[in-house]
Amino acid sequence: MRSKVLSLIALGLLLAACQTAPQQGGAAGGTGAAVQPAAPTTSAAPATTLTAPAPGSRGDFELIGDRVLFDFDKSDLRPDSRARVERWAAWLKRYPNVRLTIEGHCDERGTREYNIALGDRRANAAKRYLVSLGIDTNRVATISYGKERPAVLGSNESSWQQNRRSQAVVN
Amino acid sequence: MMTLSSRPLPPPAGFPAGWSLGRRLVLTGGIAAFWGLSQRMAAAEIRIDITRGQPQPLPVAVSTFFGTAPEEAQVGADMARVVTADLERSGLFRPLDPRAFIQTPAALKAAPPRLTDWRQINAQALVHGNVEVQRDGRVKVEFRLWDVFAEQQMAGSVFTTPASNWRRVAHVIADAIYKRVTGEDGYFDTRVVYVSERGPQQRRLKRLAIMDQDGANHKFLTTDERFLVLTPRFSPTSQEITYLSYVNNRPRVYVMDVDTARQEVVGDFPGITFAPRFSPDGNRVVLSLSEDGDTRIYLMDLRTKAFSRLTSSTAIDTSPCFAPDGRQIVFNSDRGGSQQLYVMEANGANVRRISFGAGKYATPVWSPRGDLIAFTKITEGKFYIGVMRPDGSGERLLTESFLVEGPTWAPNGRVIMYFRQEPTNERGQGGRTRLYSIDLTGYNEREINTPEDASDPAWSPLIP
Repeated sequence: MRSKVLSLIALGLLLAACQTAPQQGGAAGGTGAAVQPAAPTTSAAPATTLTAPAPGSRGDFELIGDRVLFDFDKSDLRPDSRARVERWAAWLKRYPNVRLTIEGHCDERGTREYNIALGDRRANAAKRYLVSLGIDTNRVATISYGKERPAVLGSNESSWQQNRRSQAVVN
Repeated sequence: MMTLSSRPLPPPAGFPAGWSLGRRLVLTGGIAAFWGLSQRMAAAEIRIDITRGQPQPLPVAVSTFFGTAPEEAQVGADMARVVTADLERSGLFRPLDPRAFIQTPAALKAAPPRLTDWRQINAQALVHGNVEVQRDGRVKVEFRLWDVFAEQQMAGSVFTTPASNWRRVAHVIADAIYKRVTGEDGYFDTRVVYVSERGPQQRRLKRLAIMDQDGANHKFLTTDERFLVLTPRFSPTSQEITYLSYVNNRPRVYVMDVDTARQEVVGDFPGITFAPRFSPDGNRVVLSLSEDGDTRIYLMDLRTKAFSRLTSSTAIDTSPCFAPDGRQIVFNSDRGGSQQLYVMEANGANVRRISFGAGKYATPVWSPRGDLIAFTKITEGKFYIGVMRPDGSGERLLTESFLVEGPTWAPNGRVIMYFRQEPTNERGQGGRTRLYSIDLTGYNEREINTPEDASDPAWSPLIP
């Protein structure tokens, strides 16, 4: 039983990793790319909890990929990001009582105040697309953390790409 | 605030009053500095042109302030140390090693200085004084500044103050010396508010902290590390700061009285308010409001609570800063496609772009003198701190690094403080973040000592 649950979690991890992988684009083929997505996407589903995430829960949402990535100093949704947000919309329609907060984040290569504004743009870009897909605007809050909460460490392009993101959190 | 009374101390009998004479280190327009020697001795003029090289700092002898009782002697020694450190850090003075001094503090107390003794060790200026604890427990501090070659007293004062205030008096004395020698106001009797940081970058813990300009009297202003605090700025008129706090995960602008630690949210806006700065009269705060992805600049009156919108583009308009006369505001905006500096009237009219160099320009801060705007520049993967005139001309870059950001001016407009962050590797090593100061000329870059990592410095005005 125990090993069954563990392998279910492992499957979940693998799934999350696979879904994040295409987002990294061609540049992220190097070292570290395989391990980086696992850490942030599974933070709310620690391995000590030997149960699969409940349907409609934060952990369940994270399994479909909780973030979309952006180009440097940009806030428009890339095609891969639009597909991800469409999955968010389908999930939200399945669980109509759930609310999201979309956090906008930036890499460390901008100034603090400008990045707060840029993060707000990124969060709102994802929100606007969700609303256009029929999600009630009141179900989606936004906040910007600018460059204050990077997802991964490292002053290099592959880390910066992982950190330029809108990350949706189930409230 | 602690009381501090002072009066001038005339020169000893037999010495001319040198109030309007004496030598002076002249700092013109932030570009050139030179020694204009007193003509009394008909000595050759020593000239320093800091546009060409490191300025030659003035050799100064700071003697331990004399005290009879052990407690007075201790305060005297401590004060001389603080004055020495202030002068040295400015980069404009070269304090001489006290072990070379010939005349003792006691001898300086008993009679006017034997200036030949000080000429012998090549001191050009001499600072000495004495400390006396009065019957009411307060201390009386006397100090004198001598032009060693002109044989003139250049400055002298008597201060009376509570004993616990000795450190401030030392800074006031250092300011008086700086002013008498350079002709410019000092900046030693000031404080710095900043963000103290620790912990891993993904979950960085941040607190507001305040310290004297030299790092002494450090204290934390916020203790709750669950919520981020960012970008504090001093009021030009009071001991208040304004800053961004994520209290209850709502990023909003607050004002805090640093003496009472009482804080209050500025306005109740629907979106994120951030990037606050006081107006020169201290009565208003100019800030950014982000709503639905657009970031505009607003002005909030702290007394009437009235607010007005100053910009209306769908761009990012942020980091606003008033000119010291209150008539104009500089800010950065990406309305033209990339982040650049713009100046507008205080009511939002007549917006014009002032930065046209390669790269992006951010965090403009108007000098308290009004003559320059300091900024952060990002180009070809590097960050710079620079200055330009308010019309955008005369750009000069003072320092460059992987990441330098957030300039703030000393109240005399001569020194800029900012923070520098080192790169981080994948294991989270590195990322050291510290405050630095640099002279307007690009010389004398110094790290500021802080207990933890530090960012977002803001320099106070001279303490009233």
